[in-house]
Amino acid sequence: MLLIRCPYCQQTLPELEFTYAGQAHVARPDAANKQISDEEWRDFLFIRTNVKGPHYERWRHAHGCGRFFNAVRDTVSDRFLITYKVEDPRPELSDLLEKSE
Amino acid sequence: MSSFRVPGRGRIDHQSPVEFSFDGKKITGVKGDTIASALLANGIHLMGRSFKYHRPRGPVSAGSEEPNALMGTRRGPGRFEPNTRATVQEIWHGLEATSQNRYPSLEFDIGAVNDRAYMLFSAGFYYKTFMWPKSFWDKVYEPFIRAAAGLGVSPTETDPDHYASRYLHTDVLVIGAGPAGLASALASARAGLRVTLVDENTEAGGTLLSEPQAVIDGSQAWDWVEKAVAELKSLGARVMTRTTAIGYYHQNMVALCEKLTDHLPAPAANMPRERMWRVRAGQVILAQGALEKPLVFDGNDRPGVMLAGSAQTYLNRYGVRVGNSAVIVTSHDSAWYAAFDLADAGTKIQAIVDTRANPDSTLLEGAKSRSIRVLAGYTATRTEGRLRVKSVRVNPVSNGKVGAPETLTCDCLLMSGGWTPSLHLFSHTKGSLAWDDEKQTFLPDRKTEDCEIAGAGRGLWGIGAAINDGAEMGALVARHLGRDAVAATYDVASDRPGTGISHKELPTDLNPGKARAFVDYQNDVTAKDLRLAVREGMHSIEHVKRYTTNGMATDQGKMSNINGLNIAADALGKPQPKVGLTTFRPPYTPTTFGAFVGYHKGDHFDVTRKTPIDSWAEENGAVFEPVSMWRRAWYFPKDGEDMDAAVSRECRATRASLGMFDASTLGKIEVVGPDAVEFMNRMYTNPWTKLAPGRTRYGLLLGDDGFIRDDGVIGRLSDDRFHVTTTTGGAARVLNMMEDYLQTEWPDLDVWLTSTTEQWATIALNGPNARKLLEPLVEGLDISADAFPHMSIAECKVAGLPARLFRVSFTGELGFEVNVPAAHGRELWEILWEAGQQYDICPYGTETMHVLRAEKGYIIVGQDTDGTVTPYDAGISWAIGKSKPDFVGKRGLERPDLVAKGRKQLVGLLSRDGKTKLEEGAQIVLDPNQPIPMKMVGHVTSSYHSDAAGRPIAFGLVEGGHDKMGDTIYIPMPEGVIEAEVTGTVFYDPEGARLKL
Repeated sequence: MLLIRCPYCQQTLPELEFTYAGQAHVARPDAANKQISDEEWRDFLFIRTNVKGPHYERWRHAHGCGRFFNAVRDTVSDRFLITYKVEDPRPELSDLLEKSE
Repeated sequence: MSSFRVPGRGRIDHQSPVEFSFDGKKITGVKGDTIASALLANGIHLMGRSFKYHRPRGPVSAGSEEPNALMGTRRGPGRFEPNTRATVQEIWHGLEATSQNRYPSLEFDIGAVNDRAYMLFSAGFYYKTFMWPKSFWDKVYEPFIRAAAGLGVSPTETDPDHYASRYLHTDVLVIGAGPAGLASALASARAGLRVTLVDENTEAGGTLLSEPQAVIDGSQAWDWVEKAVAELKSLGARVMTRTTAIGYYHQNMVALCEKLTDHLPAPAANMPRERMWRVRAGQVILAQGALEKPLVFDGNDRPGVMLAGSAQTYLNRYGVRVGNSAVIVTSHDSAWYAAFDLADAGTKIQAIVDTRANPDSTLLEGAKSRSIRVLAGYTATRTEGRLRVKSVRVNPVSNGKVGAPETLTCDCLLMSGGWTPSLHLFSHTKGSLAWDDEKQTFLPDRKTEDCEIAGAGRGLWGIGAAINDGAEMGALVARHLGRDAVAATYDVASDRPGTGISHKELPTDLNPGKARAFVDYQNDVTAKDLRLAVREGMHSIEHVKRYTTNGMATDQGKMSNINGLNIAADALGKPQPKVGLTTFRPPYTPTTFGAFVGYHKGDHFDVTRKTPIDSWAEENGAVFEPVSMWRRAWYFPKDGEDMDAAVSRECRATRASLGMFDASTLGKIEVVGPDAVEFMNRMYTNPWTKLAPGRTRYGLLLGDDGFIRDDGVIGRLSDDRFHVTTTTGGAARVLNMMEDYLQTEWPDLDVWLTSTTEQWATIALNGPNARKLLEPLVEGLDISADAFPHMSIAECKVAGLPARLFRVSFTGELGFEVNVPAAHGRELWEILWEAGQQYDICPYGTETMHVLRAEKGYIIVGQDTDGTVTPYDAGISWAIGKSKPDFVGKRGLERPDLVAKGRKQLVGLLSRDGKTKLEEGAQIVLDPNQPIPMKMVGHVTSSYHSDAAGRPIAFGLVEGGHDKMGDTIYIPMPEGVIEAEVTGTVFYDPEGARLKL
């Protein structure tokens, strides 16, 4: 069982409190104000990376504060490189790897 | 007392006899014995039959790695366990043990015919033997294989025991309480850390228990162990024995299985049999030591053939000499000491046969002083003896040539092929292993977790080396955890350090093709099988393993892995590290299902959610059905009614007068805030801006793919407050989806979402008399038809209780849904029940609810839709607010496939004969005479007998269904093809007049 740091609660807690919520940084195209092509909408709905290694993904602290947050987790080692708030910018992988060395 | 027990020797209580039975025979052991040590004390080596060849077998080890001495153990009804390792199971008065895999008896086993036919049962014999003819597979081969497969017999009764589970947080977890583990734990505990020390044995000490001659800092080994444990306890350390670390998981979580009652004669009834611990440790020290390897030669599996170190353990821990006349065959120094200890205890050592030409001089002196014959540079080529080894054939080897044989008689043969570091748990972490050429074994290399390996686990040999390494590692992890810690140094006298070499099969002058030289005892895999597998093209060690089943038994190859690797590497002509090891997986030793299940059984297996009115339903004879995690009243049978009769009556009563229904499981979400209406506009397909407070609307929720996700009636209580209802099963999912969009797509919206499913009890009243019942009970609200029309919501009091009242209908009748605080749910139900007697009020369950809604063409999301159905497909596109700039699913609905022709659409289906009820899930075809496989164009989603329609009714999803009104479709069933007409979905009161009463 993993330990996951909730960036809102600022606590490292057991995986049981969290649920996985898919790939991060998939922005919903603004269909209200722009013409969105079928391909663009398809990509938003279905096209996902399948990373072997560091993966940007979302988690929800479902049995805690209820907040969705972002994380970078290595899918090979199952280790979190970082968790961060939804409103925080996407961290550069090179910085993270440097830090984790 | 038998002649094999050495008076005064061992850690057993010689004065406390314990009686148990083995195959019905009464056996006397003493307190502290295992089944194996007690049987050996009685001169019994034959304890089981092997898996494939049914060869007679005895214990080859004295620990949890035992592959042979597996038996059934029983403690009264229901408490039977197969494959108990006799070398681990402690005896208690009345224990019943039975041997396995033999018929009619252990001494005479018909299955042993397999042993004579061993040429037929070579590696991969399943694949070769059972290939042809194909038709034999189902009727002949598979039943035969299934009957022959498996070791031991599964218990058939329910396990009456209970099992516990716990979490534990500790600074340092030390696994293994031998010299290295004890010293590690002491070093960490002295540094002020919380330490947990676990060992699978009955007591701490490990190797020190088998080597009482060692002297540590002036104390005899056993005294030192006692002092060390006492100090650990005084420092607050937790010392857990009979506790196996079964798995090592991410971020230093280790699972421990603690055995609590299996060794007790009469455990208290409330005592759990086992307790599973989930330990999260700051640092882990693996001090699991090493396991001794057998030597591989013809007949190395006869009862009486045993690992030398285990014989030493039986002598020193249990006071048992494993025989009167022993031959030692070894490639490692350690077996010499076993010989010396046994010789000193009175066993005649016929010879020490060492495969090495030049054994250490101090060993030779030790042998000489005991007048033990030494045969150095020898090999063992065969043993004899059916139920017990009688002799061993040995030959000198010089320059690779095997010389003339000599036969040595014996009643036990003690072997040692060297030692393998026990790195199973380390391997669970995906830590990498590196081959050590000098030690001819794998040692730990790169680590992935915060752990250290101490002692024999990293190839160190001897108590002095292990204990000092343990102290170093204990201090090291303390420093990792920020403590000042310096390792103690231990002075060990009478230590027995040593070295050895590693072998593939021992050289022989006999035909190796006929040798029964076992590598994996439990799965009956021989050296010949491994070589055959390589010859037949298995070039990866993983393929060799699966083809031969080497290492695939319940011991996971604890003793066979390195020998198997040596032989496979030799056959492949590659060095061992190029061949590699197979993967070790948890659990380290076989673990009961009970320990994993813990408390999650029976009523605790899964959550059963019950409404506040559930108890009334139970008292009034309801039959229940599970709906998501809820238990819901299905129907209320009267006087022996079956379901159909009860449902028909409930339907009639509701349409004729009044029905009441517990709708408390409906999901409820309170959507509140200045931006609540904008949020609702974006989430649901419907427009909400113009919905006035006090009004409700059917809300439809899509995914961004355009498919229907959920639905429910939504009431607006005020400008900034909505009472959203969802399907029973969808409540959590819908709230999660709402939170997702609110938090991550529209964080600018000022809205709060709160689940209120369990805060409200909801009672639905339906039928022409619903208002008459309710009106006198309502305070603060006019519920007349004009003042409170269909699709209204208001807060008021009902029967003096604060309530949210909906005028809404899922039946097509005049309907109300009364929400009151959950604590008042049953109280209100009973008030309505009493007051409703004048209208013959009828409580109904979910089945009647389903029929009534289907008669009106109301869909159930998840039954009539399946995640690929759009509002157009379902015929509810009227619920879409097309002029809204955006809502979840709006763009999705324009996807090419969603606007394409020929989609499956929801239609009504009426069987042409007016009598046949269709089967839900049945497939639909357009031409019943087409050849199989037929083209299926849809399926039946809902089907009921309708009292109101006077015939069966159904819904189905049919390709292009909306354009097929009046057409005939066909439903092929085993009894014949059913013809049905495609119709609209409303079967009752299509004008909706009854809603407006």
